[in-house]
Amino acid sequence: MARGHHDVGGLPGAGPIDQSQHELSDWEILADAVNQALGAKGIKRTDEMRRAREEMDSAAYRDMTYYERWIASIEAILIEKKILTREEIDRKLAQFDSKWGEP
Amino acid sequence: MNASAAKFKPGDRVKVRFEDRPGHLRTPWYVRGKTGWVERVYGKFLNPESLAFGRDGLPKKTLYLVAFNQCDLWGKANKADKLLVDIYEHWLDPAA
Repeated sequence: MARGHHDVGGLPGAGPIDQSQHELSDWEILADAVNQALGAKGIKRTDEMRRAREEMDSAAYRDMTYYERWIASIEAILIEKKILTREEIDRKLAQFDSKWGEP
Repeated sequence: MNASAAKFKPGDRVKVRFEDRPGHLRTPWYVRGKTGWVERVYGKFLNPESLAFGRDGLPKKTLYLVAFNQCDLWGKANKADKLLVDIYEHWLDPAA
């Protein structure tokens, strides 16, 4: 087993921590809302979300921002629990893309 | 909380197991195999290593606040600096 991509405390070369404050985007706030709603309904637990992020492809994990990882782990857990399918999520994304996406 | 059920008490020296297995491990890599001491006994909680896979988290595990000298973790560190980590009992062995 190798050290997980999430478990990087103390590794050299990470650079300084960015401690600057930044505004949250609307979609990031929405990601938090969806996460909390799923928790309140007993559909997922924090530990499951963490595990889903640990199981992600390492390159994808490193490329994603914090809330992108949240979304990816929410998707993974909802698919795992057979609440949504990959196809349903992709179909909805395509609808949003055609409605609001860049031409 | 039934403190008497805890294997360790504040001040006890403990060594973190160096375990590396598949699953959701709540003990960070940088303290595995390291020796520290118990600062506080929090009580018993559902086991996140089980909850992470949609299971019931039982039996509950005793959770400790464990302190380490930073010199023992990173080598280069101020002698007075400590690091505090929450660690479940099944990760800890008694240390001299």
